[in-house]
Amino acid sequence: MKEHHHHDHGHHHPKQPDIEDQPITYYKVMTEALAELLVEKGVITAGELRAQMEEQNSRSPAFGAKLIARAWIDDSFKSRLIADVNAAAAELDIDAGDIPIRGVENTDDVHNIVVCTLCSCYPRSLIGLPPDWYKSRAYRSRTVREPRRVLGEFGTTLPEDVEVRVHDSTADLRFLVIPKRPDGTDGLDEVQLADLVTRDSMIGVSMAKTPA
Amino acid sequence: MSAKYAVGDAVTVRQAYPPGHVRTPYFIRGHQGVVQEVVGNFANPEELAYGRDGKPALTLYRVQFRQQDVWPYYDGSPKDTAIVDLYENWLEPA
Repeated sequence: MKEHHHHDHGHHHPKQPDIEDQPITYYKVMTEALAELLVEKGVITAGELRAQMEEQNSRSPAFGAKLIARAWIDDSFKSRLIADVNAAAAELDIDAGDIPIRGVENTDDVHNIVVCTLCSCYPRSLIGLPPDWYKSRAYRSRTVREPRRVLGEFGTTLPEDVEVRVHDSTADLRFLVIPKRPDGTDGLDEVQLADLVTRDSMIGVSMAKTPA
Repeated sequence: MSAKYAVGDAVTVRQAYPPGHVRTPYFIRGHQGVVQEVVGNFANPEELAYGRDGKPALTLYRVQFRQQDVWPYYDGSPKDTAIVDLYENWLEPA
């Protein structure tokens, strides 16, 4: 086994940056100040703030994947999911929150992709916190303007005769893409199907995985 | 409050640039689309943003646009569309 080298050989190794080494921006200061004031004035408690952050971080694409897998095996559930994701989720004891979510289904004719051009609206209750790229100016501006190029950069190429339908989630609704069920999955059960459903396939930048 | 537009109606997004908190993206202002869904009534976000009650509520629509109509140099498929959620105060009959 190689011994860890000592730092006496004439060059400097940068240390792993701490959170505090990032720049303190105006918005970081404002966010901290607001949180401190809300706690100080008794509007919320520090414990409530912590619990809410923990709750948000506990959400993951596994919730959405359960809904998609059920929709793949049950057509009537799929219809209910398209009409009202929140109510369909409640059937599986999943709390999708108060913001209405619509299911948008990928078919042989239509491929759906979701963006929020104004900010970062996202169905967090079902797929967790949005990835950094979803919040980037590049994704937000380019997805609505040249969706096929953006899809291509995610490795997703669609034929000309498929309509690429961009959903700009700018107001009071959120969207969950129902990806197409992959070929060769007839023998899989609901749990195995859910394993094929990824976060990105529910945003619409990719397809569901094919079975190994 | 009843909705002014129905599914299938052609509408044009107002080409206006008021100050303040607005949920209508710039890129869609002035463009014509078709109502795809009448979603329902929601508190006015332009009022909510300033701590007011958001009343009267506004009807929210999902409006579908042909990408080729929105972007002059759109080079995807002529079938491609975008659906934008827009409040009634931003729509005019086309």
